[in-house]
Amino acid sequence: MFISMNWIKEFVDLEGLDTLKLISQFSLSTAEVENDIFFKGSDISGIVVAEIMSVEDHPESKKLHLLKVDAGDGKLTDVVCGAPNVRVGMKTAFAKVGAQIGDITIAPRPLAGFESFGMCCSENELGISDDNSGIMDIDPNTPNGTDVKDIFAIDDIVFEVDNKSLTNRPDLWSHYGIAREFSAISGRPLKALEIDDLTKYNDLKKVDMKIEDPLCQRYSCLQFENIKRNVSPVNMKIRLFYCGMRSINFLADMTNYLMLEVGQPMHAFDSRKVERIRVKRFEKPLTFTTLDGVERNIDENTLMICNDNTPVAIAGIMGGLDSEIVEDTTTLTLESATFDAASIRKSTVRLAHRTDSSMRYEKSLDPELTTLAIARFVKLLKDYDEGVTIVSSLTDEYAYKYPTVTLNFDKAYVDKYTGIEISNDTIVDTLTKLGFTATVSGDDFTVEVPSWRATKDVTMKADIIEEITRIYGYDNFDVNTAKSPLFPVNMEQEKCDEERVKDMLVKRYNLHEVHSYVWNYYDELKDLGIENKGVIKLLNASNPNIETIRESLIPTQLCQVKSNVGFAPDFGIFEVGRAITGIDENNLCIEKKFLGTTLYSKTKDVKTLYFELKDMIETIVDELKHKAVTFEKSEPTSNFEHPVNYNSIICDGKILGFIGIAHPTVSKKIDKRASIVFMQIDMGVLAQVKNSSISYEEPSKFPSMDIDLSFVTDTFAPVKEAIEKQNCELIKKIEVVDIYEDENGKSITTRLTFSHPEKTLKREEVSDVANAIIEELNSKGISLKG
Amino acid sequence: MREQIEQLKLQLENELAVVSDLQELDAIRVRYLGKKGLITDLLKGMKDLSNDERKAVGALVNELKQVAAEKIANKTDELKEAEIRKEIESMPLFDVSLPTNLDRGSYHPITLVQRECENIFKSMGFTVEDYSEVVTDYECFEAVNIPKNHPARDMQDTYYLENGQLLKSQTSAAQNAILKKYGDALKNEGKPIKAIFPGRCFRNEATDACHENTFFQMEGMMVDKDISISNLIYFMKTMLSEVFKKDIKVRLRPGFFPFVEPGFELDISCLICGGEGCPSCKHSGWLELCPCGMIHPEVLKEGGIDPEEYTGFAFGLGLTRLAMMRYGVKDIRDLNSGSLKALSQFTDDE
Repeated sequence: MFISMNWIKEFVDLEGLDTLKLISQFSLSTAEVENDIFFKGSDISGIVVAEIMSVEDHPESKKLHLLKVDAGDGKLTDVVCGAPNVRVGMKTAFAKVGAQIGDITIAPRPLAGFESFGMCCSENELGISDDNSGIMDIDPNTPNGTDVKDIFAIDDIVFEVDNKSLTNRPDLWSHYGIAREFSAISGRPLKALEIDDLTKYNDLKKVDMKIEDPLCQRYSCLQFENIKRNVSPVNMKIRLFYCGMRSINFLADMTNYLMLEVGQPMHAFDSRKVERIRVKRFEKPLTFTTLDGVERNIDENTLMICNDNTPVAIAGIMGGLDSEIVEDTTTLTLESATFDAASIRKSTVRLAHRTDSSMRYEKSLDPELTTLAIARFVKLLKDYDEGVTIVSSLTDEYAYKYPTVTLNFDKAYVDKYTGIEISNDTIVDTLTKLGFTATVSGDDFTVEVPSWRATKDVTMKADIIEEITRIYGYDNFDVNTAKSPLFPVNMEQEKCDEERVKDMLVKRYNLHEVHSYVWNYYDELKDLGIENKGVIKLLNASNPNIETIRESLIPTQLCQVKSNVGFAPDFGIFEVGRAITGIDENNLCIEKKFLGTTLYSKTKDVKTLYFELKDMIETIVDELKHKAVTFEKSEPTSNFEHPVNYNSIICDGKILGFIGIAHPTVSKKIDKRASIVFMQIDMGVLAQVKNSSISYEEPSKFPSMDIDLSFVTDTFAPVKEAIEKQNCELIKKIEVVDIYEDENGKSITTRLTFSHPEKTLKREEVSDVANAIIEELNSKGISLKG
Repeated sequence: MREQIEQLKLQLENELAVVSDLQELDAIRVRYLGKKGLITDLLKGMKDLSNDERKAVGALVNELKQVAAEKIANKTDELKEAEIRKEIESMPLFDVSLPTNLDRGSYHPITLVQRECENIFKSMGFTVEDYSEVVTDYECFEAVNIPKNHPARDMQDTYYLENGQLLKSQTSAAQNAILKKYGDALKNEGKPIKAIFPGRCFRNEATDACHENTFFQMEGMMVDKDISISNLIYFMKTMLSEVFKKDIKVRLRPGFFPFVEPGFELDISCLICGGEGCPSCKHSGWLELCPCGMIHPEVLKEGGIDPEEYTGFAFGLGLTRLAMMRYGVKDIRDLNSGSLKALSQFTDDE
């Protein structure tokens, strides 16, 4: 929203104060001001009022005229002019030779064969409106040679307030509201609005009007006739233009002007079309053409202004085409109303049509404004068009009145909230300047909130703190640390685990951490032939491609691997991310935090890569928990998983996750010649695994003894089991030192390291254990290698 | 006999003069000094000599033995030294100008920035809280004073799920749970609530170089008796000076957020020009950085904390934005792309 400082200064005298400094204080105390400040009129000089003394047609051009003008300098000046509205005796804005308009300096110049010594200007050329229909037509009583800046408010400082920073302040959607802030900031008083006394018309007939719907909080209207004026005064046009609005005609401009001035949207109807105003919703949807000529679908939730049963306007949003003021309109009905904010906002969203009016209603306007705006409207109307007659009394139905808000608090409350000392006098003075009624007795304050702040904005005493402190100025605060006692900080196990896992994978295994979206990208999965699996979908995905929430990190990771093929012949990626794996009995999502890791290699065979990954898993769990994991053959559940070598990762009897190989179909689509393996660990389950502490053992002073046993077996599992079954404390280390495979089968050589804390072991002691192991395995049909 | 001794001595000297490796030398040692060596052999020939003669020759043989051992030992040292010299001489000069393969793993830039922020807050006694990405309407909105009709709850801004839950649109969704988690310790033990909660947030909006539907925030709050606006400014200034590793000026402007009252927009002095005004701050000298404020009484109440007794502040930092500022990432979408060309550059922890 654009704010004209000329307009502000109409309501608060800022004479002698630095305007730019005030604007920057406004930004710090009230609402965000955009960076660019506009110095309107600063690029205009040397434009004076001149009278057209003669008009001759140009001999060769139908458009051009040859003028002699009197610019008040005691001579006639020749000007060639292309405007259609030139006439003798007309006074206009004239840019003399040497005048400045924007970047242009006016100089004598030939135009179609004649020398022109200056330029007659339209409002558009002067940058004060978008009217380019002809040159300015200025009041003939103005002396020639008068600088246009002396009669029109061309010089102005205009700034833009970020609308987003006004969402909670319905009162700031107007110059008068902003002027109140400038008054508080500057300490200068706010002038009362000059208004017409509407009680004068109390004897006139009422308008037939009725609110039939609770969504309308207040409806006020007034009828008048005899408007002669069609074009708005120049200064009004300038203000509208500077504030970003087009001048349309006097009446439309007046409603817009009032909206910008006091914040109340207004609408003027042709009285013939609204003889019986009814405010209501329709039971059935209908179509309705608004004054911009667009046919709109209105549903049964949209509040409408009607003439009996015929809709004439969408309440608070836009008037209808049929009830617009037309040329033969004689009597006008001026609407000034308040509607339920949420209802207007929702209608705006449904209609996908936001207007300057609806924007204000959405913020919860003060219903007290409706009659004030009409009184102000009538005052200005009469100022600009003396012949206007009011033909109805003020008709006003006030259906919903906000309760008065009174707040009580004490000085201690303010002290506690601010942490600094602000005196009682300052508190009362600040609140008073902002329109609050504030009294203090001892250290107890009673504050009544003004109606324009009481619609939703200020409802409790914490809100008062903001009012006091923002005007006091946050830059003026003493800054102090808190006096709270100190306590040690404890971290959640899962969070600690996560950070350590990341460090290990990056530092020890050179993997790359990636992030990905919480939903599956269906297209990408499809390219790899991976099914789009998930237990829940988004209701309002912008694109059906992303509507399924992932249940595993790996499918996305395989897509990411594919997009990185060519990055390096070998790489690994990991993510600690979330997925939804189910819905619980309360219909809530079961969300898991997973560590997902995928390795890709063009140089290693899949077995080597798989064992690298297995090593990572075991190292992670050993480092974090000092515990061993086991792997248990499982059935894959998704089509990206290779059915062979798919294993669950188990620790402490809990399933941590799985390790597997990419299914050949998927793998080939990623890279025909690469090995791809992956694993996923549930970080929540990992956090539940208790950390077994290090149990220190005095190093034995006696030599240890190794013994190698080679068994003919396909897997190590039974060997390990047989060794563990001995429960022998002397075995300090179990190591696989050789795996031999030929056409006769496979053998695994295990080295056992024995050590005793107090003596040198004898060969027999060790052999006894070894024999027991051999026997155990023999009983299972596994024999020593011959 | 004496001649024989002299001869043997001469012979040994000749052999030692030509021997060039330790193995040969050892063979010589064995041949002369071994149990059945030449010198020992000499003693065998002594049985025919007279007692006196035997005594004299014996002394000579022993002398020879000593001399031979000494000469062989010297020769051993000499050869060992020569061997070391040879090893040194044979060492080639390395080409240290050859490039090294510096392939290393990498962290996601969000992890780096997040850790840094977490460490700063941990050092000031804040706990780090993890929170789910799928939350309820209550957690995300109701509990943080965002009423039913607030625009933030419109379908177009928030991703809703089929079961009525939603992807959290702001880290504030964790506020209520954290207040409840630490509320008892606050009330019973006087432990202030000091927590930060980084997390991933989601907004249903179109993406481009500056907009993402998935991004990271870090929210923080502190609740205790007598927490004031003055404290809020102190913590923000201290924390941000740490984050940006220089003394940062901060300023507060009123800002409206339903979960705080008063609410602020916090600006920091421009990092490029320090406040003088430059193109990157649009000549204002300030950079809008993060929203903050005093926790709304309704939010405290909903978290089971009496707003008459306790006050607190809260703030939100855009971790994604911080990461982009820190590393000069221009396209926000690079962060979720999984592209290792981009991400593998973030190798370091500090």
